[in-house]
Amino acid sequence: MALTLSVNGTNHTVDVEPETPLLWVLRDTIGLTGTKYGCGIARCGACTVHIDGQPVKSCNTKVSAAVGTRVTTIEGLSANSTHPVQVAWTEMGVPQCGYCQSGQIMAAAALLSKRARPTDAEIDEAMVDNLCRCGTYLRIRSAIHRAAELGAR
Amino acid sequence: MTHLNVTRRQFNVTTAALAGGGMMLGFHMPAHGAATNKSPWLLPTDKEGTEINAWIAIDPDGGVTMRVPHTEQGQGALTSVPMMLAEELHIDWKSVRAVFASANRHVRNNNEYVTMSTAGSNVVRSRHPHIMAAGASARERLKEAAAKAWNVARADVVAKDGVLTAGNRRGTFAEFATAAAAIRLEAEPKIKTPDQWWLLGTSVQRLDIPHKVNGSAQYSIDTRLPNMVYANVVCCPVPWGELKSFNFEAIKGRPGVIGAYEMKMGNGRGGADMQSGVAVVADSFYRAKTALDLLPIEWDFGPNAAVSNATLAADVQRFMTMPGEAVGDNAGGDVFAMIANPGNAKVVKAEYHRPYETHFRMEPINATVSVTADRVDVWTPSQDQSAALQRAANQSGMDPKNVYTHTTFIGGAFGGGGGGNTAVTRQATELSKTLGRPVKLMWTREEDVRHDKQRSPHTTQFTALLGADGYPTTFFSRSIGTETRVTSGVADMPYKIPNRRHERSLQPSHIPTASHRAPGTNQNGFILEGFVDEMAIAGGINPLDWRLKMTEGANDWQAVLKVMKEKSGFRIDLPRGEGMGVAIMEDHASICGACATVTVSRRGQLTVEKVMVVINSQHIINPLNCAEQLEGAACWELGTAWFAGLDLRDGRFTNTNIDTYQLMRINQMPPVEVHFALTKGGTWGGMGEPAGPPTPGAVANAIFFATGKRIRSTPFRNHDLSWA
Repeated sequence: MALTLSVNGTNHTVDVEPETPLLWVLRDTIGLTGTKYGCGIARCGACTVHIDGQPVKSCNTKVSAAVGTRVTTIEGLSANSTHPVQVAWTEMGVPQCGYCQSGQIMAAAALLSKRARPTDAEIDEAMVDNLCRCGTYLRIRSAIHRAAELGAR
Repeated sequence: MTHLNVTRRQFNVTTAALAGGGMMLGFHMPAHGAATNKSPWLLPTDKEGTEINAWIAIDPDGGVTMRVPHTEQGQGALTSVPMMLAEELHIDWKSVRAVFASANRHVRNNNEYVTMSTAGSNVVRSRHPHIMAAGASARERLKEAAAKAWNVARADVVAKDGVLTAGNRRGTFAEFATAAAAIRLEAEPKIKTPDQWWLLGTSVQRLDIPHKVNGSAQYSIDTRLPNMVYANVVCCPVPWGELKSFNFEAIKGRPGVIGAYEMKMGNGRGGADMQSGVAVVADSFYRAKTALDLLPIEWDFGPNAAVSNATLAADVQRFMTMPGEAVGDNAGGDVFAMIANPGNAKVVKAEYHRPYETHFRMEPINATVSVTADRVDVWTPSQDQSAALQRAANQSGMDPKNVYTHTTFIGGAFGGGGGGNTAVTRQATELSKTLGRPVKLMWTREEDVRHDKQRSPHTTQFTALLGADGYPTTFFSRSIGTETRVTSGVADMPYKIPNRRHERSLQPSHIPTASHRAPGTNQNGFILEGFVDEMAIAGGINPLDWRLKMTEGANDWQAVLKVMKEKSGFRIDLPRGEGMGVAIMEDHASICGACATVTVSRRGQLTVEKVMVVINSQHIINPLNCAEQLEGAACWELGTAWFAGLDLRDGRFTNTNIDTYQLMRINQMPPVEVHFALTKGGTWGGMGEPAGPPTPGAVANAIFFATGKRIRSTPFRNHDLSWA
C-alpha cells in the first residue's frame, strides 16, 4: 500500500503494509539508518525519533500513524551537527560505541524543547527509557545541562 | 564488484571544529582536527598517500593515514592506536586520519598486523610494543632518507611535528615519504619509554565522536547493498536441539517473502558456531520477521529441555560434596584437617552465587554477506575481522585471499563480538551462496539473547578459620562453574593466608558460553570480596584496614588501597540506612578498587549514592578515555549485579528482552569518581574491563553496613533489603 511520509522535510512515498513499524520504513525503505533497532518493544529507546516534535519509539509506531505528521530523525535534527544537543555531545565526548546515541540525542532534544533548563530529576525521567550499555549516563546528564546552556545563548 | 562501492564512501577528511570543553577531572584537552570518517574501512585497493609501512601512509598535503587493525566498539581503539603511532612518528595530532586496516591484506600478507583480535583489554596494554615499533620504524626511515639526501648522519636529523631538520636543512615528512618507503634499516629502533612521551599521557578526544552524534557512523547493521535481501533466523530455543520440520506453504503467499531455508547445525560442539534453525528471507527485514513469526516449526528439543536454573543449582550442590581440582596459589598445611578440627578458631563459612548473564550489546547480532563467483564480502560486528574473514571463507569454500571484511563501527562488543556472534557470519554466507545475492541477516533481540554465548554461572563455597588476632589462618574455596574462569581472581587472590587451598569443578551445561567483559573476575569481584568482608567483620577488623594488612608487601595493591583510604573517607559507623563498602580485584593486569556509598530506605529501596574507582594499570595513555572506560565498566557490572540474571527453564532462556532482563538506567547510575594510582612498572594493565569486578562487591558490602543484610547472590533486586 502506498503511503506518503514527511521525513526531515522531504516527502517519501513508500509501498509497505500500513502496520509496518516506522523504524523499518526509515531504515530499510527510505535508507535513513541513523535510527537504530535495539529491542523492538519500545523499552531501549535506540529507535527514538520525533513526530511533530514529540519523542516516540519508532519500533512500535505503525507507519500509518506517521502519515500526515512531520517525522524528524537524527539525520534531520540539524544541518552539520549544529543542534545544541549535538554540540554538547561532541564537546563532552559522550558516545562510546555510539549505537544508542541517536536515540539519546533525539530524546534529549525533545526534553530541551519543553524544558529549557531541566533538573537532574527531569533529565532522569525523560531519559529513563534510553538504554546505554557502555554506561555513558553521567556524560549524557552533563551534556544535557551543557546543551541547555548553549541553547540559552 | 562495483556495486559494493555504493555504500563504500570515499575517504573524506572531516574538519569539524571541536571545542575542547571542560571535562570531569579537569583534564586539559588539546585542540582538535584529527579525523576519521563515517565508514572508515579500508580495502586493499584503496590508495592513500605514500605508504611507509603497513600502518602509516603520508599524503602530499602532510596528512597521515593511520591504519588501525583493531575494531572500534566504544573502547577508543580508533584513537589510541593512532596516538601510539603518532607518539613515535612525531606528527601534529591534527594531521592524523584514522582508518581501519584491511583484514584481507592482513591475511594475504601472513598476519601483517600481528593480530586483528580486539579483546582482553589488549590493544594498548599488550599491543603497544609492536604498534609503537611501527611508528618508530617509520620515523627512523624518514630520518634516514633525509640524512642520505643531506649527506648527514641520521642521528643529526630531528623529526618533529611532521618536519625533518638538520642544521638549517628542512623538509616535510611528505617530501621524504617516497624515499623513506624504500629504506631498510640495519637495526630497528627501540620504542620510547614513558618518560619520553609528548602525546601519550595527555587527554585526547576520540576521533569517532563527530560521526556518532548525527547518525552517520556506519555499523554493520546499517549495511545496504543493491539487490540485497533480508533474513531473519530462529534457532531451536533449546541449544543443541534440532529442527524437525517447518511448513513454508503457510507463509508462502505473504508479501515480499522469498523463501524459508533450513540452517543446519555447524561444526559440532567444539565450534558451537551454528545451532539448528530456520531462516526466512524476504525483501525487507520486517517482512522476513513477521513471516518467520507465523511459520509453523517443529523442534526436537532433545534431553536438555529438562535443564533449568534449579537443576543446575542441584548439580552444583552435588559437586560441592565432591573433591575438585586444586588450582591456583595454594600454600601451607592440610586445610581439610584444620577445618575438621578448628579448635578455638572462629569459623566463617558462606556460599556465593551468580547466574548466567548475556551481553545484550546494543547492536543485535547481524551479518551481511555477498558471495559471488570470484569473491566474498562480509560486514559483521566481529571483534576479530580476520577471524570473520576466515569463517566466511570456510563456510563459502572461497580462498581467504578473495574474502573481504569491511570493518564498521561496532555497537558494543564486551566479548560478545569475539566468540559470541560467529554464527551469523556462517548463516549469512550460507544463504548468500544459496540465493546468489547479498543477504543481510539479523537476529531479533530475543534471538540475540537466547543464542548469545553467555557468561558462565559461578558458585563458590568458602570456609575460613580466624586466628586470635581476628585475621584468617586457614582458607578454603571450592568453585563450581561451566568454565575454568570460575576461579579467576579467587584462586590467585592477593591475600596470603598462611594455609590456603582453592578447588574447582566444572559442571556440565548445554549452554554455549564465551568471553564477557572481565570474564570470571566480574563475577568474582562480588563473590570473593563479599566473603573478605565477612572474614574481616567476623574478626572485628575494618574491611579496608583488613585489605591493607593482608596485601602488605604487594606494592601494586597497596598503591590502590592507600589512595582509596586517603580519598574515600571510608567508615563503618554510619547511621543505619547508610553504608560504605570497599572491594578490590585484579583484572587484565590492572588492580582496581571501588568504594561505594549507598542508602537503603526502611522499605528496602537501594540508592547507590556514589562509586569511587581507583585503578593501578601502571601506565595510561589517554586519561580522558580511561575515565570514560572506568565509568562504563563500573556501570556495566553494577547493572548486571543489581538487576539482571538470566532465567533458564525447560532448557531455554525465558527473559530474552529488556523488559524482563533488566539493566542499569540513567536514574540508577551513581556518580563515579575516578583516581589513578599508577606504580609505573613494566607490565601495562587494561582499562576497559577492570572497573567492573570490584564495583558490585563494594556495593554489596555497603548494603551490609546499611542494613545488616549480607547479599550472597545476584541480582540484588531479588533480595529484601528492608530494615527496621
